[in-house]
Amino acid sequence: MARRVGLEVSLACSEAVKLCNVDVVAAYPITPQTHIVEHLSELVADGHLDAEFVPVESEHSAMSACIGASAAGARTFTSTASQGLALMHEMLFIASGLRLPIVMAVANRSLSAPISIWNDHSDIMAERDVGWIQVFAENGQEVLDLTIHAYKVAEDPRVLLPVAVNLDGFILTHVIEPIEIPDQAEVDAYLPPYTPQMRLDIANPVSMGMVGVPEVYTEARKACLVALEGSYEVIKEHWEGFAQHFGRRYQPIETYQAEGAETLFVTMGSLGETCMTAVDQMREQGQSVGQVRIRLWRPFPVDDFVEAVKGAKRLVVIDRALQPGSASGPVATELKALLYDRGIEMYVANFVAGLSGRDVTRADFAAMAQRVEAAQAAGQPMTCEMWGVKE
Amino acid sequence: MIEVRFHGRGGQGAVTSCELMAQAAIAEGRYAQAFPSFGPERRGAPLQAFLRISDHPIRLREKIYEPDIVVVLDPALLASGGVKEGLKPGGTLVANTSKSVAEVRGECGFDGRTAVVDATRIAVEELGVPITNTTMLGALLKAVGLVKLESLKGPLETRFGPLGEKNWKALLRAENETVIEE
Repeated sequence: MARRVGLEVSLACSEAVKLCNVDVVAAYPITPQTHIVEHLSELVADGHLDAEFVPVESEHSAMSACIGASAAGARTFTSTASQGLALMHEMLFIASGLRLPIVMAVANRSLSAPISIWNDHSDIMAERDVGWIQVFAENGQEVLDLTIHAYKVAEDPRVLLPVAVNLDGFILTHVIEPIEIPDQAEVDAYLPPYTPQMRLDIANPVSMGMVGVPEVYTEARKACLVALEGSYEVIKEHWEGFAQHFGRRYQPIETYQAEGAETLFVTMGSLGETCMTAVDQMREQGQSVGQVRIRLWRPFPVDDFVEAVKGAKRLVVIDRALQPGSASGPVATELKALLYDRGIEMYVANFVAGLSGRDVTRADFAAMAQRVEAAQAAGQPMTCEMWGVKE
Repeated sequence: MIEVRFHGRGGQGAVTSCELMAQAAIAEGRYAQAFPSFGPERRGAPLQAFLRISDHPIRLREKIYEPDIVVVLDPALLASGGVKEGLKPGGTLVANTSKSVAEVRGECGFDGRTAVVDATRIAVEELGVPITNTTMLGALLKAVGLVKLESLKGPLETRFGPLGEKNWKALLRAENETVIEE
């Protein structure tokens, strides 16, 4: 039987990793991810998790060790944030290119300079194109659930790709809240042991990561792309299986009060819950607002998104990262492009908010909606604006 | 939903206070969030910790700006300002102090419902250390019945092991000795 406990979200992530019975954890501590790997090292040291904990000297080494371990057939986990994720950058392409089902929790945090330990999505947006499956959690339960689901997807022979589970640093990682922890038998029934399709084995030697000369590189990348695009159906299938096993249901795009709403907020990550409450309050005042939440960021679920927003008069897209030199934040850029591709004309307003952990409140959502409605009514062009800049 | 802000200093266990309360509420089948002021903590520096308790799922990730209750673990923080900031007019201040309610009101400027207890003295006598985070939970629960008193017993034992019993005793004593003025 599952048990409901009050637990710090970081520890819920570690508990999920333990329930997945990983073989190798290689990680380097960095705020605000530290509690995740700290707890995992305790679980290994105390004998609760039969795994190799590799305390590497940098995040570059952490990802390198994960790649080696995963290539040898081990179920592998790491976690990082911010500069740590940036330091992994070149290895992230190798993990996806070698089709290694590594799972990584990213405790999303700003990038320096100036030095910031607080939350935003600058770290993962800089790694948007590394070929990993990328999902976002909005609360602690989702962190646990998505971590278990991540292994199910990553190791599926139809996928074989690494997965990044994003959880907002501090705003999620450091909060104690109710978490339902499934028991081991329940997780075992959902997630069988990992059976590698191919692995480094001295008895049956193979080569991985060979030179991709111009004659094959394009095809190798195409194969990765096809795998990533193809993962969409598998992700959905395993969320359906998750719902059957654990009773909690996830979708690539999730909506709240979106049906018939004129204004739709689009959020990703922990802003989602505050936005839901803001929507409740605005609806009580008679405003036609709803919400669309992006759970699956890569591969982007285009059809689900189009279906979710059709009929709305305007989108208010909240980006938690800058895309310097571009006309919009990274999420809004994505959405505008896909709407254009589908021939859908829609007023898409974009706010970059919540950088470095700055609070985004219910009042902020209400003010954003008001601003956008007025701008559209006045015939002003769609804008991208950094929200709440002190001048 | 009830929102609580704890004022303490790094090392005084304000974060633990919030955590214990959240775990007590969750053990009752209710919903709670406990979180620190996000950022580096320094021993001895003033800090705040936050708690939400509700009978319904809490869909809110804002900080707490207008608490229903403020708990002050360190008497020296009462006069240093910030304690009454955002505290709702109908809210409750729960203070560790050897002073009277009238004196506390004079110090911090909050003239609403106030509960006082000399938690430092109780903690020193019961625990042997001037750490008031568990003791003050007795005062908090006397002032506002956020959770059942017994619901804290499990979390205290889990957290402090053999020392849970001593903390429990200090908490009960504070609950008994707290003076409340409307």
